[in-house]
Amino acid sequence: MTWTRTILTGCGVLALVAYPWVFGSNYASNVGFLVLFTAYLGQTWNIAGGFAGQTSFGHVVFFGTGAYVSTILQATYGVNPWLAWPFAALAGAFVGWLIGVLAYRAGLKGSYFALITLAVAEVGRIAANSVPITKGGLGILLRADPRPANFQFTDPVWFYYLALALCLFSMLIAWRLKRTRFGARLAAIRENEDAAQALGIDSFREKVKCLTLSGALCGAGGTVYVQKYLYIDPSIAFGIDKSVEMLLVTMIGGAGTVAGPLIGSGVLQLVGEVTRDLGSMLPGVGNAQPLSIIVYGAVLIAIVAWLPDGLIGLFSKGGGKARHA
Amino acid sequence: MPTSQILFAGLINGLMAGGIYVLVAVGLTLIYGVLHIINFAHGSLLMLAMYAVFLLWRKPLGLDPYAALPIVTAGAFALGYMLYRALIGHFSHGKDENILLITLGLSIVIDNAALFLFTGDTQTIDVAYAGRMISLGPALVALPKLVSFAAALVICLLLGLLMTRTDIGKAIRAVARERQGARLVGIDVERVMATSFGIGIACLGAAACLLMPTYYVSPSSGHAFVLIAFTIVALGGMGSFKGALLGGLLIGIVESIGGLWLGEQLGQIGIPLVFILILLLRPTGLFGAAR
Amino acid sequence: MTQWKVRRQAVTRRGFIAGSAAAGVLGFPAVLRAQARTVRVGLIHPVTGFVAYSGQQSRIGAAMAIADANKAGGIKGMGGATLEAVLGDSQSKVEVGVSEVERMNEAGVAAYIGCFQSPVGIAASQAAAKYNTPFIIDVGASDLIVNRGLKNVFRLKPGFGKCVDDAVVALGEINRAAGSPAKSAVLVHESGEFGTGTAKLLAGKLPSIGIEAKELIPHDNPTRNMDNVALRIRGIQPDILIMSNYVNEYTLLARTLHQQRVNLVGMFSVLGGGFNYRLARDLPDVAENMMDYNHWFNPKSSKAQDLKRRVEATGALFTFEVYLTYNSVMLLVDALERAQSADKDKLIEALTASTWSTDIVPYGPTRFVNGQNEGGRAVGLQVQKADIVVVHPAEYASAAAVFPKPRYN
Repeated sequence: MTWTRTILTGCGVLALVAYPWVFGSNYASNVGFLVLFTAYLGQTWNIAGGFAGQTSFGHVVFFGTGAYVSTILQATYGVNPWLAWPFAALAGAFVGWLIGVLAYRAGLKGSYFALITLAVAEVGRIAANSVPITKGGLGILLRADPRPANFQFTDPVWFYYLALALCLFSMLIAWRLKRTRFGARLAAIRENEDAAQALGIDSFREKVKCLTLSGALCGAGGTVYVQKYLYIDPSIAFGIDKSVEMLLVTMIGGAGTVAGPLIGSGVLQLVGEVTRDLGSMLPGVGNAQPLSIIVYGAVLIAIVAWLPDGLIGLFSKGGGKARHA
Repeated sequence: MPTSQILFAGLINGLMAGGIYVLVAVGLTLIYGVLHIINFAHGSLLMLAMYAVFLLWRKPLGLDPYAALPIVTAGAFALGYMLYRALIGHFSHGKDENILLITLGLSIVIDNAALFLFTGDTQTIDVAYAGRMISLGPALVALPKLVSFAAALVICLLLGLLMTRTDIGKAIRAVARERQGARLVGIDVERVMATSFGIGIACLGAAACLLMPTYYVSPSSGHAFVLIAFTIVALGGMGSFKGALLGGLLIGIVESIGGLWLGEQLGQIGIPLVFILILLLRPTGLFGAAR
Repeated sequence: MTQWKVRRQAVTRRGFIAGSAAAGVLGFPAVLRAQARTVRVGLIHPVTGFVAYSGQQSRIGAAMAIADANKAGGIKGMGGATLEAVLGDSQSKVEVGVSEVERMNEAGVAAYIGCFQSPVGIAASQAAAKYNTPFIIDVGASDLIVNRGLKNVFRLKPGFGKCVDDAVVALGEINRAAGSPAKSAVLVHESGEFGTGTAKLLAGKLPSIGIEAKELIPHDNPTRNMDNVALRIRGIQPDILIMSNYVNEYTLLARTLHQQRVNLVGMFSVLGGGFNYRLARDLPDVAENMMDYNHWFNPKSSKAQDLKRRVEATGALFTFEVYLTYNSVMLLVDALERAQSADKDKLIEALTASTWSTDIVPYGPTRFVNGQNEGGRAVGLQVQKADIVVVHPAEYASAAAVFPKPRYN
């Protein structure tokens, strides 16, 4: 790491810490939360999809499992949410391990792997809709009891800092991945799995480890979501929207890079907020809002068209690229 | 456990539903086979074709959905071809993951354009023959469902012939198998890819015409078929027509029998479960070549 | 917690805007246009996404109500202050709905109205609670929305608990008047919180009117095919079918049962999502004699008929979303009049004590208990000759119920 990059990183972190002070509004904190939280979820996707080349269309399964585990522990069994939180991560890790063992033992790769994660998420959604422990389609409502000891905060700024901590933590893991042997083995598997195995890398083991890690982190994210919104139902927990969101922010930002998910999430969230806001100001009732999402979609296409390596291509010419060097 | 009569009727219902799934999936598998990407805009394009059928049927044109089939199919082909030429092929820079993102962006644009133009309202068309019932043993089948099932088989057959008996078919297969090699022997790869995308979307046009007499259209109605089409494509083996055909019918039956047995809600779980099981046992799908 | 609030209020909104270039992007300049004589109302509806149609309908109702209130001289108790809508789109997502609450709070709204989907309503009203800003639920069936001890949440329309109670009474009376031809029922419901909750309540109450709930059939959203549901209904042979689902599945099921000629004494729904003028007009054969228990306007009210004409003149249908949101705005107007201020505490107090009434809907004066208006009611409806008529209760009915319905040959 060069000095300039260290300084830039430091400035970036400082800016993120100072953000709520500068924009002293709950709205800004809330937008900031969404940016960082989505970036965090994106990074968990990136660890598998970007660094190890294990593209998934159903990453939400980890998120949903984690969300339900901590919420059920809390709402049904009265466990303190802080204590329940590690169990969410454990549950996510377990699902990641299970999918990994089954899918990789069967030798699933590429689109087949992506689609099997999607199928597992569907199983999760239908099961959550049908079994009593999740209260089915009724969803689970957490009692509002805003005390820090209860993992609930009135002031959105606390959720902002929580998301910031998670996001930085996940970036640190991603950064380590680029520098450890484990990360190097994953990169080798991503680039050419057969060659990696010929070099003596146990690709099955490494991939399962990677998916377990990704699942644990993503599962922990599920708890944060429910603590903030105090409600979870099967389509929020296992809907395809969140899977796509994780994949989208990462790929748009730059898959396989440390800063990619954060950049992607920041830009897409900003574009989303601005277009939605503009849409609500256009004259005429009701009809203008779809236009704003059309603009959002067009911006998305434009980014892909002009920045084939993701937004990170704007910041570092070659330096940040891991994928298509 | 349901009686054998109900089971038989459920089997027939599943086959009929499977016919439509086949049509949606066959386009997706062709696009996958040639372009190696999952087309995320597939559901949105199906919805667009369904609106086309609806608009043609509505006054002042009053065109029957079956009569509209050649028009909508041709229009869908043209749209698919142009989308590939102007957007997907052009902006993907030859990278698969970028094609994926562009189709994702495209689906967002199309869905909301439909919402803007047609509002979020649910539209149906009312044709006289929609209520005609044909009895097949203990099962009663609506005429349009029988028609769509037969048409799905015919379209699969035609596609099979197109792929094996025509020059463009041979070119498509060559590009699907070995893109660089095809380029070297003088095949215009970009044009072949655009044509494949066009044919894939044309299948959606046909599916829309066959669906509309019994289904509805709203800006989100295409999505109901996307997940299931993905499932069928991977189940049958990506890029395999035979796989899409058998996979589609199989999924139709699994859904139907699963629904009867476990209830409509939990019964849906049969689809991803069968999908997962088959992939774990046969990782390239039923008819997929090893990749 | 307190020192946080103090510090963060020290940064004024104006200073915040002047101090940052990004502020323009974040959309705050709207605040600068705020004038003393306007009262801002935040409208959060899903105008894009899966239930966009309903969100758009709600917006139509809100826009008409605000225009009507302003034309009638605004809030007289506040020197003729005018209402101004701040439009929001929840995109059918919880996160976005909450984000809109925060954005609108910056814009200084005096109250929120929304959200159609219960999960969004639950989270958004919770977010509004920390500002003590009143949140009027215009549409949103779940009874989880109220009864949470939130002082700022008000729901004008009855929740599904009350709708089910009334629906069972209505069904019982209609059935008895026809000589009790219905003795058994099958319930088909969507698997979300609305359908599941409604169906479970119904199944528990039906025995009290001598109808046995033979089976509950939940289905997913979206469902592509209802042939098997029809098959099972045919197998069970119930006297009546009761559905609670959203518009697409409602339409598909009704259509399939009609195609399959499934003979029933009656088809009934509670808060049937697809029971509207469009169904009656576009699929008249399918819709004929279908019954629903739903929010409806009072057909005997000239104000309601007038509003219906105005809505239809714009090319839109006069659906329940339109007048429920219209009335929610009017409820707020009444509270503002009495509070003589947009102060949040006074407004909540005025809403809590509200005895507002309108004859647009068949409601008595409002009476809020834990945020739920106990004075509201739904009515029994039926499609007759491609039109929708009220058939229960007698005081609002414009026609007698056709029950049992004619059999297929």
